[in-house]
Amino acid sequence: MIEIKNISKSFNDKQVLFDISGKFTKGRTNLIIGASGTGKSVLLKCMVGLLNPDTGKVLFDNRDFTSGNKQLLTEIRRDIGMLFQAGALFDSKNVEENIKFPLDILSDLTENDKIEKVNHCLKLVGLENINKKMPSEISGGMKKRVGIARAIVNDSKYLFCDEPNSGLDPVTAIKIDDLILELTKKLNTTTIVVTHDMNSVIEIGEYIIFLHNGKKLWEGDNKNILKSEIKELNKFVFSNKLMKKIK
Amino acid sequence: MKNLGRYILFLISLFQRRERVKTYFSLIINECIKIGYDSLFIVCIVSIFMGAVTTLQTAFNLVGPLIPDYVISLVVRDMTLLELSPTIIAIVFAGKVGSNIAGELGTMRITEQIDALEVMGVNSSSYLVLPKIIASILMFPILVIISAFVAILGGYFAGSLSEVITGEDYIYGLRYEFNPFNIPFALIKAYVFAFIVSSISAFQGYYTSGGALEVGKSSTNAVTNSCIAILVADYILAQILL
Repeated sequence: MIEIKNISKSFNDKQVLFDISGKFTKGRTNLIIGASGTGKSVLLKCMVGLLNPDTGKVLFDNRDFTSGNKQLLTEIRRDIGMLFQAGALFDSKNVEENIKFPLDILSDLTENDKIEKVNHCLKLVGLENINKKMPSEISGGMKKRVGIARAIVNDSKYLFCDEPNSGLDPVTAIKIDDLILELTKKLNTTTIVVTHDMNSVIEIGEYIIFLHNGKKLWEGDNKNILKSEIKELNKFVFSNKLMKKIK
Repeated sequence: MKNLGRYILFLISLFQRRERVKTYFSLIINECIKIGYDSLFIVCIVSIFMGAVTTLQTAFNLVGPLIPDYVISLVVRDMTLLELSPTIIAIVFAGKVGSNIAGELGTMRITEQIDALEVMGVNSSSYLVLPKIIASILMFPILVIISAFVAILGGYFAGSLSEVITGEDYIYGLRYEFNPFNIPFALIKAYVFAFIVSSISAFQGYYTSGGALEVGKSSTNAVTNSCIAILVADYILAQILL
């Protein structure tokens, strides 16, 4: 479980996060949603340690990630897998080397065992026989899948996804959502997804936090998000014609 | 001053939370090939013309009835060893390798590849930058030695072909009153310049933020700042060591 307590963050004089708290449980897809510029990615970066929050705590199974203990920080980081918005695959490495990278750095497995694990992860994300392709030779959807494979190869306990289906066609986007949901259940990870895509919210939103102007305005799940009375949330949820018709 | 402080902190961060030595070994070998072997062609081209032009210009300016011909190659030798090979090649090195380092790291930064390393618990600065600095320090002195040899050779050919000096006189001048300290002096300069170029370029690239435009700016700043630092260090080393 990941728990955030009273997270605030500002850049120079501009405060972008105001006292955000929440509990993200294991084996569930947890979503952080909101319009662009509301601080979703900043919150995610605070949670994975890429930014230091001004105040507040991030607890990974009661281990304080913000304690400043470098040993603990490294230990927790090695349990984290993250899918970045554009995949963030290493350009100089092929697909196999990209996925194998965390194992090269963190594990003592033999080369054969590493390759076996890479192939297993590729199979889990529905990709096979692309081991030797370079990132520039594969599609956007495949890059995301490879990014997910890299995020889970080290048996990560915590899976973070930053806008996993941005820039993808609707069919591929749904496939990526389903894959995240499936892996969360299969591997029993604590999964946190940052998104502003309403399809994802409806498809995989088992626990949702809604951010507006850096403040948490609502939390719940995909069943009760459509019934909310909060004006800002309704404006976000029912922003397109299809959702308005559903309403 | 703020940037100088950040630069020093950046250098310190290279030695914190290092990965296993085995990890660095293959990275350093790869960087040696990229930084050293791949620069060989441009270094040789620049050096051969550097030596040839120095020979012709020295001949044009110095030679008269009272000055023996071998002075030409003596001047070429000392200029090449003391200044041209370490400094001019360092500036070429800043243009080729420095801009490449800054561009590569800058692109990795804006495409979140550096963030990906950090999230995995890897010290990205140490993992990405330290091998580049070590490879530069290992390879640049070798490039300087090759450059000095090729420049002197270029001078020999230019002198012989244009008949401003005979081959025998040229070799006599090369050996005449040779000060062996010039070699370690050139190598000390090479080590210092290699560190300057690789660390400044890496610093510029590592702290890139924004998009493609900023990556371009980082590459330009890497070359400009490296060149200025090389010239300042060149003066300081000459003042201290000669």
